[in-house]
Amino acid sequence: MSFWTFLQQNWSELLKLAREHLSLVLISTLVAIAIGIPTGVLLTRKKALRNPVLGIANVMQTIPNLALFGFLIPLPFIGGIGARTAIVALVLYALLPIIRNTVTGILGVDQNVREAAVAMGMTDRQILWQVELPLAMSVILTGVRVATVISVGVTTIAAAVGAGGLGVYIFRGLRQDNNLLLAGALAAALMALAADFLLGLLEQRFAIDASSEKKRLSIFQKIGVGVIALALIFGGFGTWGSWRGLPPESQKSANGAPVRVASKDFTESILLAEIVAQMLEARGLSVERKFELGGNLPHDALVAGRVDLYPEYTGTAYTAILQHPPITDPRAVYEQVKREYAEKFNVDVISPLGFENTFAILVRGADARRLKLKTISDAAPHAVGWRAGFGQDFMSRADGYPGFSKTYGLKFAEPPREMDLSLTYIALASNKVDLIAGNSTEGRIAAMDLVQLEDDRHYFPPYEAVYLVRRDSLTRVGPLRDVLTKLANAISTEEMRRLNFEVDANKRSPADVVGEWLKGKGF
Amino acid sequence: MMSELVENALVEFRDVSYTVPSVSSPIISQLNLSVKQGETLVLLGESGCGKTTTLKLVNRLLLPTSGQVLVEGKPTSDWDPIRLRRRTGYVIQEAGLFPHFTVERNVGLVPTLDGWDETRVRQRVLELLALVGLDPEKFAKRYPGELSGGQRQRVGVARALAAEPPLLLLDEPFGALDPLTRASLQREFAALTVRLDKTAIFVTHDLREALLLGSRIGLMHAGRLVLLETPAGFLKSTEEYARAYLETLRLSERNDDIAGGKK
Repeated sequence: MSFWTFLQQNWSELLKLAREHLSLVLISTLVAIAIGIPTGVLLTRKKALRNPVLGIANVMQTIPNLALFGFLIPLPFIGGIGARTAIVALVLYALLPIIRNTVTGILGVDQNVREAAVAMGMTDRQILWQVELPLAMSVILTGVRVATVISVGVTTIAAAVGAGGLGVYIFRGLRQDNNLLLAGALAAALMALAADFLLGLLEQRFAIDASSEKKRLSIFQKIGVGVIALALIFGGFGTWGSWRGLPPESQKSANGAPVRVASKDFTESILLAEIVAQMLEARGLSVERKFELGGNLPHDALVAGRVDLYPEYTGTAYTAILQHPPITDPRAVYEQVKREYAEKFNVDVISPLGFENTFAILVRGADARRLKLKTISDAAPHAVGWRAGFGQDFMSRADGYPGFSKTYGLKFAEPPREMDLSLTYIALASNKVDLIAGNSTEGRIAAMDLVQLEDDRHYFPPYEAVYLVRRDSLTRVGPLRDVLTKLANAISTEEMRRLNFEVDANKRSPADVVGEWLKGKGF
Repeated sequence: MMSELVENALVEFRDVSYTVPSVSSPIISQLNLSVKQGETLVLLGESGCGKTTTLKLVNRLLLPTSGQVLVEGKPTSDWDPIRLRRRTGYVIQEAGLFPHFTVERNVGLVPTLDGWDETRVRQRVLELLALVGLDPEKFAKRYPGELSGGQRQRVGVARALAAEPPLLLLDEPFGALDPLTRASLQREFAALTVRLDKTAIFVTHDLREALLLGSRIGLMHAGRLVLLETPAGFLKSTEEYARAYLETLRLSERNDDIAGGKK
């Protein structure tokens, strides 16, 4: 599909995401201004506070986005999943440039002018409002401009905590479709450029240039200011709407409260979450979808009681969450995970869905046929001439690359490339690398003519798909246990691959694919 | 030493010292001085002699470490600083005009702060601009950045006079101007203080300016007042530092003679 056709078909969704994005940026920037400028003013009055406060603001900016989101989720009131958490994080990032420029701007006011103001008998408040702030305004606005542009960028990550915005397209695009990626990234870039340009105009308007003629707005600037005003108005409406759309906190304990279903940020997890969601809806329950959460955020949210359930894999829970060294017996892993989740998190593990999504060591079909490769051991001798590409996850986890290469005595021509998991399939198919570790249920395996090598030394622990669900949610939502039990052993590996393929390769929506599958199953 | 208590003193220094913790020798030591109603007292001295500090003690930009500064008979420490400063016109080098205010707003600042109504402020501003030799029509709406140095200094004087303060403090107001502009501003200022019967304390390092403008000249050195004389008395003084100053005057007169072709 050409990018142009894609845009025509998805225009309204793109606009909706852009509006969400703009709302997040506007709210967070306005809040950051409301906190940052008074703080900056205070710091010009209290010299002893200056370095400690600027230091803290500095540290805030160095915290990686996802880490900050993960830290915020379990916090009461400001935490959670969705727009509020994203706004808190965005405000923290935007504070530094605003505070710093307020301090710099005010301290930069000509000493002669300040002395004259004091000697004229102006009060401290009059000096601040009539002299210091107006003269510092262009420097402060530079801070606001920098903060806004940063926010437009950071907001793309906010999609990972379910806050929406253009990041939804970017994350989804990394898994599925370059058009999505391009549309999301282009729109975000345009928004950043526009914000930079318009705020730049506003800044010029306030610049006090000693030699300049009396300030008059040019036609051009008038248009710019008009556009800003319009953007603020529309953004304001959008914002108001999205705030109204947020579920009130009080609904949490009420009986008719929606069931909050989360998923990780890849197709299979979304599909499994969508299956439960649709089955619950079919039983007349309202469902809130908190899909596409990044990293360990679904786990954090579940434990913090921000969501009721999400799909997980036993091996991941066993090694990545519970931090046990990998073992290979599926039964032992399942039992151990079930017991520990109940004790530690008060979370139930509902019986396996019937398929495994383990690491699949993949090579190109052509190579496999030519070299007659069936198992990983068959491939080991060829590895010296090969390049490998692995996702960040595989490189770092306990059951990942280090143990894998040792078990099979693998040595590659060069150290493996560490890249986004979705991109490794493309890299393999296009001969950029020769071996990757994908997911065994990945739909594109067949479509791209890739071959999975058998794990003949049983290195990888079992990754059976299960649902993790809070025990209090099971009590609160009666039909939940019924639905989840029905799904036990209901999906085979082949079926899962097919569902993944429908979404990833055929670009169908997870909701449609799931609806069709449920109908076929008679659920 | 030169303690003289004057009946109608507007400003009076009584044994005033001013020290800062980081500097061992005092900035001002044991200063006694009275400024009479209607006079222009010039404080003369080289950089760092304490003359600017003396000025800042009057409108409570600084408070004395010991001793008292009395304005209208009341110690500055008892004055509400805001009230004291609004009753004291202040002119500094480079004027310290607000670059984001028009000339009109700059001049009308103190009356506006004092709550005068708009028409009265505007009336006063136009009157003052005319008084300091600036065409109100032409200059009221301009910004300081669009004025020459001399014009800015005129606006500075107009601003200091705006709320009809009984006292003017001037810190080398004409120091940064070219000689011709400076000379004409000095002449006009001398005429103005006589006409308006203003009391002024004027800080300078220029003896010619001191002789031209001062009713009396106070010579300062290293934080002390070493001589207090009328211009005529100053010219005849045998005091060491006064003689050094007078020497510079003679040198420049000789230069004038050479330039004038006289033998």
